[in-house]
Amino acid sequence: MPEFTIAVQRGEAEAESQWTDYIVDVEEGQVVLDVIHRIQATEAPDLAVRWNCKAGKCGSCSAEINGKPRLMCMTRMNLFDPAEKITVAPMKTWPLIRDLVTDVGFNYETAEKIPAVKLGEPSEDGDFRMHQEDVERGQEFRKCIECFLCSDVCHVIRDHPENKENFFGPRFFVRLAELDMHPLDQEDRIDLVKNDAGVGYCNITKCCTEACPEDIHITDNAIIPLKERVIDSSYDPIRWIGRKIAGK
Amino acid sequence: MVQALASLPGTARGFMQTLRTDRWWVEPALVFVSMSLFFGWLTVSILMDFGPLGHYEVEGTHFLSPVFEPTWLSAINADWSGAWYLSPAFIVLLGPVPFRATCYYYRRAYYRSFFFSPPGCAVGDVGETYKGEAKLPLIMQNAHRFFMYIALIFVPLLWIGAIRSLHVPGEGWGIGLGSAFLLLNAFLLMMYTFSCHSLRHFIGGGLNCFSCSKVTRTRKRLWDYVTTFNERHRLWAWSSLLVIVFVDIYIRLVANGYITDPNTWSKF
Amino acid sequence: MVNFERHEYDVIVIGAGGAGLRAAIEASAQGARTALICKSLLGKAHTVMAEGGIAASLGNVWPQDNWQVHFRDTMRGGKMLNNWRMAQLHAQEAPDRVRELESWGALFDRTSDGKILQRDFGGHRYARLAHVGDRTGLEMIRTLQQNAVHKGIDVYMECTITQLLKSGDRVTGAMGYWRESGNTIVFAAKSVVLATGGVGKAFSVTSNSWEYTGDGHSLAYWAGAELIDMECVQFHPTGMVWPPSVRGILVTEGVRGDGGTLRNSDGERFMFNYIPDFFAAETADTIDEADGWYDDKVKNRRTPDLLPRDEVARAINAEVKAGRGTPHGGAFLDISSRRSADYIRRRLPSMYHQFKQLADVDITAQAMEVGPTMHYIMGGIRVEADTAATTVPGLFAAGECAGGMHGANRLGGNSLSDLLVFGRRAGLGAAEDAAAQSAVPEVDESQVEEVVAGMREPFGRSGEGPYEVHSDLQDMMQKNVGIIRTEVELDEAVNRLQDLKNRSKDVMVSGHQQYNPGWHLAMDLESLLTVSEAIARAAHMRKESRGGHTRDDYPDPSDEWAVQNICIKQGDNGGMEVSTTPLPQMPEELKELFEEGSNA
Repeated sequence: MPEFTIAVQRGEAEAESQWTDYIVDVEEGQVVLDVIHRIQATEAPDLAVRWNCKAGKCGSCSAEINGKPRLMCMTRMNLFDPAEKITVAPMKTWPLIRDLVTDVGFNYETAEKIPAVKLGEPSEDGDFRMHQEDVERGQEFRKCIECFLCSDVCHVIRDHPENKENFFGPRFFVRLAELDMHPLDQEDRIDLVKNDAGVGYCNITKCCTEACPEDIHITDNAIIPLKERVIDSSYDPIRWIGRKIAGK
Repeated sequence: MVQALASLPGTARGFMQTLRTDRWWVEPALVFVSMSLFFGWLTVSILMDFGPLGHYEVEGTHFLSPVFEPTWLSAINADWSGAWYLSPAFIVLLGPVPFRATCYYYRRAYYRSFFFSPPGCAVGDVGETYKGEAKLPLIMQNAHRFFMYIALIFVPLLWIGAIRSLHVPGEGWGIGLGSAFLLLNAFLLMMYTFSCHSLRHFIGGGLNCFSCSKVTRTRKRLWDYVTTFNERHRLWAWSSLLVIVFVDIYIRLVANGYITDPNTWSKF
Repeated sequence: MVNFERHEYDVIVIGAGGAGLRAAIEASAQGARTALICKSLLGKAHTVMAEGGIAASLGNVWPQDNWQVHFRDTMRGGKMLNNWRMAQLHAQEAPDRVRELESWGALFDRTSDGKILQRDFGGHRYARLAHVGDRTGLEMIRTLQQNAVHKGIDVYMECTITQLLKSGDRVTGAMGYWRESGNTIVFAAKSVVLATGGVGKAFSVTSNSWEYTGDGHSLAYWAGAELIDMECVQFHPTGMVWPPSVRGILVTEGVRGDGGTLRNSDGERFMFNYIPDFFAAETADTIDEADGWYDDKVKNRRTPDLLPRDEVARAINAEVKAGRGTPHGGAFLDISSRRSADYIRRRLPSMYHQFKQLADVDITAQAMEVGPTMHYIMGGIRVEADTAATTVPGLFAAGECAGGMHGANRLGGNSLSDLLVFGRRAGLGAAEDAAAQSAVPEVDESQVEEVVAGMREPFGRSGEGPYEVHSDLQDMMQKNVGIIRTEVELDEAVNRLQDLKNRSKDVMVSGHQQYNPGWHLAMDLESLLTVSEAIARAAHMRKESRGGHTRDDYPDPSDEWAVQNICIKQGDNGGMEVSTTPLPQMPEELKELFEEGSNA
């Protein structure tokens, strides 16, 4: 069994955090979260880490492994070279609570700012009618497990925390795109997308897409289409002329 | 066996700071070099009607560098030497250049490679404050839609130019390597335009119900095509850029007599 | 005098999975001031891992389907040990609960005419499960969560409840600690809903997450409520078996529902050898008929690959024991020979992903290796079917921590619908109960101080760590109270549980109170040990095999036990009392559904 050196960032405030090295034997098929659990069970019972399903379905165990935002439960140890030290750090965009656990409350507060879905009346038989091709785009977005890695890696708030007041982050553009493309939803959220959510802050460098463990094409399928919908309402000269002519 | 030791790299905040251990800088560095070379050459080409590579059209033919399409403009303004601002190639500044400059793919590429905003994912970006495309000047990127409309006009123009090159006055129809390059160029430019994110939205992406009518079902089918192309937008962006630079150089080499184009005509 | 944070509510809901969220939404809709308290972040509860779908007789795919058929399937799947009234309400109300989810934004897969698509699952006569690929639980919890955040419900995340507060007979609130700070938090409430899920972490091979430590079962038990059917534990037949670090992770029944078949190492479709008499009339006995069933469900009987979970789990267990297991001790589950790669990736995306990433297996080309994994506990807090009220005034329970609905074995897909139907009913019951109370009850501070002192005890000790005790408990439960049980092993289990309890009293925790997982586990041990004992004692008492409870020494079901629930209650001396109570008998018109020739 190969032996790895794992450096875990430990502490309660970033400035005072320290790297602690653990030398661990790794068994076949193990993931980073297994290793963290073993450190917990043997060397550091108070090592704080958030996790639930250990199968890439709940999005709890987000961290930065060798600087890359990843789910610890889906990162196999055989990705790494035993000769190189592996770093495991908490997500940087959210305030640190302790060790690998961060305060992701920003995302829960943001979720409340998005008006809920509002459907019209169902068909006469009581069922809503939606066709598969109409729900497919939304289904891609609803794969989101809310690991918040996309918003963690997004430099708009990662490097400029003051933008959190004006920018919802990629996770919520995915949510807004889902609602806006819902075939039966009747709420208009484009002003929200443009203003409060701050889609203009995104400069589409696609790091969110690269980080997404669910392979949601966040930039191409959610953010750019939202930017285009904002262009429809605010920036397209031909549509503007069209609206003037139609007297709207 | 687990043992605790102490060690210390930093927490990696600040410009270019990261804990990434992979060679994340390779891609932006390659993009920087390639874009500098390609766009640098095109800038030179637009202005260059003198010197050893001054001719951009093979005399007596419709064999013309695509940078200078459409041909009717260069015909009107055939003798523009001395007045750089009258270069017939300046028409590309109305459509193709801003179309590329505001392209969602190129934006990603140059924001990373030229503006370090950010230089790589999870790598510290440049500058104290950041407003992105929410404020001037970058809010102008929203004009991409408008430039897309113009770029659509260039698709047939480039095809016409490429097909015209197959006809040499006095000799009739034929084919040559240079014409094949022009056809390839027109094809790639078309694919680049047809894979555009704005077009994808325009053609069907803006709909919320695809199944609602015959028209929306048709638009959904077109949207599916554009979506397939769009997944390779980066490929089309680079290949069309590479080929236009290559064709421009090739035609200048032929037009200035350095090489001979293998073809079915006798004239050149 | 301990200084603690204090809140007052009409209704508090403990647990924020499907049942807890639905209960909170309902209580709040009834006008109750409602709090939702969960151990994890909101939206991470175990519901998120449910894969296959929500069972509801919408009749969108098979118009012949109706609540009576669903009711009958549920009761037969539960080996008739179910609380008939719960099974009836469940079957009747599930379709409305599913439609409601859709109106709250859920995007289910569609039929060609735009309705909710339904898929086949074990034990369901018709394709009945509303689903979204293989991530239905995620869709459900996200939909409920997104609905709940606009309802003015106060959510307490990463907050663990350790004790219910009582005054006289009545529950008056709950107390616990913030995981982040370790500080005490106290809720005074007119009524309390428990929706804490299951007990999987008492076993070593389980599909359940760390949260499943039997909190609700134990909180209710300590508060004097009755638990029933605790011996009925479901081992899901298909968990991953390799690599070791993912052993137990669920492989959805949807794989078999969508065309996957089980084979042993000889390549034999062994399920044909394990068709019990109880299901013989409705199960295909030839490969041709079983294969034909995927396309024509009227002419052909269903494939034995989709027998109820208890049957399939025992069959795999038996094949492995007989030396016909796969290299890593499971059975082969193959869908690649029946379905195209594209179909598999579309219908089962997360299974594809999970095997590819965690086991280097491409399920579109290769067979999976699967084996039984502890998945669900049918037993739980005894509740009144219509209101979800427990036997303690002011206390309600819904979801996995409540008992009765699923009898001796739960059908796949019936869990998500259970959460919705009884989550809503519990929220309603609690809100109505709260409305009948005049004021928010006073909290007895001495009760709180006593509990807080107990919680802090592990910091001052010098014994072993909590991880060792937990791991020994899991190994013991897996071995002695696992899928096949015997008197001798169960006796041993009860004895060893006493040892483990003693050890847990000496468990030491290092570090401090802030987000300290070792300390959290030390506190969870108490509930884990309580539910483990309940399972072991109930299993010891039921001298027959029925559903999820299999006794090697009593391999057949018995008529005598068919009409008894095993009931567990804390005795006056603090010890566990085990007794039997008669199973409620269903009315004649429902009994008729089970007679031969019934259309249901």
